[in-house]
This record gives sequence, structure tokens and C-alpha cells, in this order.
Amino acid sequence: MDLRLEGISHNYGSLKVLEGINLAIEHGKILCVVGPSGCGKSTLLRLIGGLERPSAGQVMQIGEAPSDSLNPLTYIFQDFALLPWRTVAGNVNLVLEDQKLSRQRRKDILENVLERTKLSDFADALPRQLSGGMKQRVAIARALAVSPAVFLMDEPLSALDSQTRELLIEDLVDLWTREPFTAVYVTHNLAEAVRLGHSVAVFSRRPGQIRQVVKIGTPLADRKVTDPELIDRQDYLWRLMKDEALAADLELSDA
Amino acid sequence: MPKTPTSQSKSANAETVAFRGGGFAPRPIGLVGAMVFVFLIAFWEWGSRVGWISQLVLPAPSEAFAAFQELVVSGLLWKHVSASVTRLVTGWISGTVLGLLVGLSIGLFSLARAGLVPLVSAMFPIPKIAMLPLFIIWFGIGEGSKVATILFGTFFPTIITVYGGVDNVDRNLIRMGQSFGLTWFSIVRKIIIPGALPAILSGARISASIAIILLVAAEMIGAEFGIGAYILLAGSLMATDQLIAGVALLSMLGLTVGWLIGKAEKYFLNWRA
Repeated sequence: MDLRLEGISHNYGSLKVLEGINLAIEHGKILCVVGPSGCGKSTLLRLIGGLERPSAGQVMQIGEAPSDSLNPLTYIFQDFALLPWRTVAGNVNLVLEDQKLSRQRRKDILENVLERTKLSDFADALPRQLSGGMKQRVAIARALAVSPAVFLMDEPLSALDSQTRELLIEDLVDLWTREPFTAVYVTHNLAEAVRLGHSVAVFSRRPGQIRQVVKIGTPLADRKVTDPELIDRQDYLWRLMKDEALAADLELSDA
Repeated sequence: MPKTPTSQSKSANAETVAFRGGGFAPRPIGLVGAMVFVFLIAFWEWGSRVGWISQLVLPAPSEAFAAFQELVVSGLLWKHVSASVTRLVTGWISGTVLGLLVGLSIGLFSLARAGLVPLVSAMFPIPKIAMLPLFIIWFGIGEGSKVATILFGTFFPTIITVYGGVDNVDRNLIRMGQSFGLTWFSIVRKIIIPGALPAILSGARISASIAIILLVAAEMIGAEFGIGAYILLAGSLMATDQLIAGVALLSMLGLTVGWLIGKAEKYFLNWRA
């Protein structure tokens, strides 16, 4: 299943946040979206998943979602969005309880996703007992449980410290390598974008428009922090963005 | 002599940085609360025995205790307490359940909010005791008017805490529920109600205290049994020892209710640190 954004514009009242966005989200690839703060990249993600209606244009789904997908468009949020009153297992179960599944099937899915995210030993822990990185792994497990066709990730690693971030990048690369998934990955961190993106869409400042879509050919599993080509790509992205970021920073934000 | 770090730090121009943090962190200290009670009562008893506190002004704790024992022996204690507790429980539970329903609908539906919030604001400040004569006409001089006073007294504050609690539920959690395709009913039951529960329980603490205050007021009119009736009778006979015994009973009732709600908080909110 592919997604296509056709001429998407969006405004909040008189404030234009997105203008004329055309973008293809290809099956089995990770598309990173970067841009200065306030460029509407998180808004775009909410539009893609149907949490908000665009003021103009539409999000098209091309082809059927796989039949085993319980929730084709699934989010992973920056603040994890875990229910503090439910255990790790309870949080994953939450998204399965409304599905028509046998008790055994539900149990199998739970065990499978906890194992894939290395959380099996923490099934009964409450969110407050977990570190930030662990919480985000629970959120990833919860997303995996509904076998999405497309992951919509809204700055999933931004609330974490840099070591944890590095570990989770490796986890994500690992998950993708074992079983390629489709994802839109919104971030303001260019290093994350070049590590995880098959292509990187660079947005201008508000109203957000696509400046360029940069392809990165190196297979995900082979990308190392010190890879000169990646550093070169990152530098190129930064130069694309720098003036925009500077201008965005000087704007008064009464949005 | 080898130079130790201490002797080094004592050298010229070196001083320990003075500690200025700490404090502002209340910690539990056991038994102090009980000791305050014991000390106050002992002081009071001593004052009465020496004649420093006149019997007319305030009877000694031992006399109040004797009055209490009289209540136990005559079997009236049970009659008074059971009558009061029955009224308290029926009034408080029905007021709380109705308040939960109305508060939830205000929290969830814009139409209910637009229509009911002004009404609640208009009715909440009316002292329910002032309405007691009307309640007697509407619900009869028996149990009805007493339960109704408590019901209305707890109904309005419950509404306000419940919809405040619903408003404060993290919107991101609700969006998360929607993004995973949870049904509306699931979102309310699994996200909104548990999220509002801390506010609902602290509201219950307040409404329970209001219920006890109203209980006594309601029992002062046309009740044969009940702690309020007992206190009223004692007051009109100037039997101050009985009056003190009745007030102590009320205080114990309040402590019990607070303890029960504390238990409920521990049970339902164990997910909080």
C-alpha cells in the first residue's frame, strides 16, 4: 500500500501552515520529513493519518492495506502517549481489545511484539517505572501489535537523551532490516534523518512547502555514524535548511 | 607529618561552602498526630480537675466519656449511629452517582456543557440547609427530606470536580486512542474515566465532608434518632457532656470516611508514584 499527498494546504484560521504539498510515500521505505520549527511537519503527519482534515487537497491511499493489518495508519508519538495506569502488557493490549481476535491470537501478538522490542521481562511494569527509552519501546511494541501498513512517527526520539536515541535508532534499523516497513518519520534532527531515511523531504519555514526531496542510497544496515557520505548528506541538508531555520527563529510566534 | 585532605582544606583562604538547600519537603512522622490528641485531652482533663476550666463552660473529657458509655450501655448508640450512617450513605452515594453522570455528560458533550454549566453555577452556592423547609414539603418530614438535603449537597460539587477532571485528561492520550481506532465507548471507559479518577476521588473527599455537615443539620429537624438529633437534644437540655460525646462521634465518623477514601485512593491510584 502506497500513500500519495495531492496538493495539500492547511491553515489554522488566517495562519497558513502548509501549502501545496505533493508527496509520494512508497511501500517498504522510510521517508523522513525535516524542516525548521513551526513549518507544519507535525501537522502534515496528523493530516496523513486522518487526525485532522486538510483545508485543501487530499491524502490518497493507493492499493489495499494488507488484510492482516489491524490499523493501517499507526502513530508513534513524541511523548509516548502511554496510559500511566496500565502495565506494559496492558498498554499493548489496549489497541487489541477493540479488535475481533481470539484470546489466543491476542496473547500471541502480545508475546511476539514484546519479544521483538526486547520487553518480555517488563510486561508487568508500569510506565512510571520505565526509562524514556523503554517507554518509547513500549509505544513501538504497541504500534507493531496492530501490524500497520504505514508507521507515522512524530519526532519519536526527540524526548530522549542522545545515548538512548542512538540505541533506539539501532533498534529501528534492526526492525526494518528484519521486516521492511513503510514509515513517515518527522524529525528536526538531521543525523536521525540520514540514518533512517531512504529519502528526506526538506520543508521550508511557514507556510511549509517542500524545498527538495533528497535520496540516500546506502542500505540502512550499512549506515554508520562516521560514514563520510552520510556526513556529507547531512551537511547538504543543513545548508538547504540553514537560512530557513534562521528566518523561522526570528519570527514572532503567536501561532 | 603527611598532609591529609582535611588539613589541606583548613589552609588559608579555604572554607567549606555553607549548606543552604534542604527543607520544603514534608515527610511523614508517625505518632505525632496521636500524641497531639492525647496531650490536648490530658491538658483539658487536668484543667477541669484543678477547677481551672469551669464545669459550666466545658465538661471534663471523663464526663463526656461517661455520657458516651451511657449511650453504649443503653443501646442507643447503635440506634443513633445506624440511623445517621444510613442517611449519610444513601444520600452521598445517590448524590455522587448522579453527579458523576451529569459531570461526565458535561465533560463529553458540548450541548450538555452549554446548557448545564450555568445552571450548576446558579444552584451550587445555594445553602441546602436553607432549602430544608421546601425539601420537607416535597419529600416529607421523614427520611426523604434528610436524604434529599445530603443528595443535593453532594450532587453539585461532584459535578464540578468530575467535569474538571474530564477536562484535564491529557488530550494526547485521547488522540492516541482515536489513532488506534478505539471505539468512542472504549475511549471514555479506558482513557477518560481513569484519567479523571484522581480528581473524582479528591472531590469525593470534599463531598463526604459536606455530607456529614448537612447530615447533622437535617437531623436537627424532626428526627427521633441520629447523631444530629442526639446533639440537638443534649444542647436544649444544656447537657454539655452529651453534646461533647455527640461531637466526638461526628469527628470519628469524619475520620472513618476519610480513612475509607484514602484506602480507595491507594487501591485505584496505585499507578501513581
